[in-house]
Amino acid sequence: MNTRPITEDDLHAYVDDVLEPERRAEVGSYLADHPDVAKRVAGFADQRELLRAALAPIADEPLPPELNLSRIVEGQRRRSPPAWWAIAAMLLLSVGGFGGWVMRGSLEAPSGGLAALAQEAAYSYNVYAPDRIRPVEVRASDTTQLVQWISSRLNRPVKVPDLAGSGYRLMGGRLVATQHGPAAMFMYDDDHGSRVVVLTRPMSSADQNAPMTAQSNGGATGFAWADDGIGYSLVGPAPMNSLKAIANEVRRQARAI
Amino acid sequence: MKDMLVQVEPLIPALRRYARALVRNRANADDLVQDCLERAVSRWHQRRDGSVRAWLFTILHNLAADHFRQASSRGRHVPIEEAGESEFRGAAAQEHRLMYQDVLDKLAKLPEEQRAVLLLVAVEDLSYAEAAKVLNVPIGTVMSRLSRARERLQQELDGVAGAPRNVVTMRRLT
Repeated sequence: MNTRPITEDDLHAYVDDVLEPERRAEVGSYLADHPDVAKRVAGFADQRELLRAALAPIADEPLPPELNLSRIVEGQRRRSPPAWWAIAAMLLLSVGGFGGWVMRGSLEAPSGGLAALAQEAAYSYNVYAPDRIRPVEVRASDTTQLVQWISSRLNRPVKVPDLAGSGYRLMGGRLVATQHGPAAMFMYDDDHGSRVVVLTRPMSSADQNAPMTAQSNGGATGFAWADDGIGYSLVGPAPMNSLKAIANEVRRQARAI
Repeated sequence: MKDMLVQVEPLIPALRRYARALVRNRANADDLVQDCLERAVSRWHQRRDGSVRAWLFTILHNLAADHFRQASSRGRHVPIEEAGESEFRGAAAQEHRLMYQDVLDKLAKLPEEQRAVLLLVAVEDLSYAEAAKVLNVPIGTVMSRLSRARERLQQELDGVAGAPRNVVTMRRLT
């Protein structure tokens, strides 16, 4: 006989019936020769059947009304009325247009540099992150297109940061308008549905290179920095120290291009 | 949306079963499933390719983990119903309960992480790779937890695990 040695994993896979037929036969003949192991394996198989039988009735119970999926869908629709987009657009207009115009020169909203970038990231975060319908325009599944589009609009190669190591997956991105021209916004979420936003654009004149600093704008917190004329800002609800770690990761990847 | 209904709805009974076996309290378990469905509906379009089943179990498992964390940080006990107590009425149900109560009691003695693996693999039929994804651990960890869970449950069922149980109780009290 010239078979691979039988492993513990094989025994479990045998119990769960997920082995290829040939391997299953090999494990089967091994068990025939080793009654002690066969007894253990039989015990595991009995457990499996016992558990399944004991828990089966739960899956047969009629679903309570709270778990009616159509109702849940309906409930969420009611909570996000179709006029939402119009309201969001008006808010954006009044903040960026009217408000910005009236306050020009008087309140001195940040007009350049890192503060402006952080402000723009906070606006994008506040508008898009709570969006349940279309938080991003191009989804992660079309990353190639997203990158091509963003790169051509920003006039330079843009790389989408990969935040998987921090537990955040790319949802997608969009182009957003700023006082300093187009900016790329990338949105990420983790398994708890918590979202963070990375905004990046070329810096106009101020702060072509700026160290990473903490920023706080209207309830949104994050970090902003600039490297070689490109500004980055990360905004999210996570605690400052974990945002900092994510920001460091974004910066590390951007520098590695 | 229709696509979502067709794919998610048939899985709700299994999600309930997993939640109830994990938290052992009908109301809390159903709350978790409801939360899970709310999230599934609102995040449906952000779903990556891959098994809807594993995706739903991931959401549910994370909610359950939060639930356990909150319960322990509040320092109070989550009320534990005897699984099956309230829902199986009548003679046939009574018989079922007597037959299976033992294995459920013993399952409840396993550490949470071992219980989760055993339920996902042996009851919910997730592949080892899917279970690894749900629990966010390497597949090797899934295998070792599965092995420990089965060994330990076997010891419990064979009635030789009196000593370790006392150790656990004492650790909780201090």
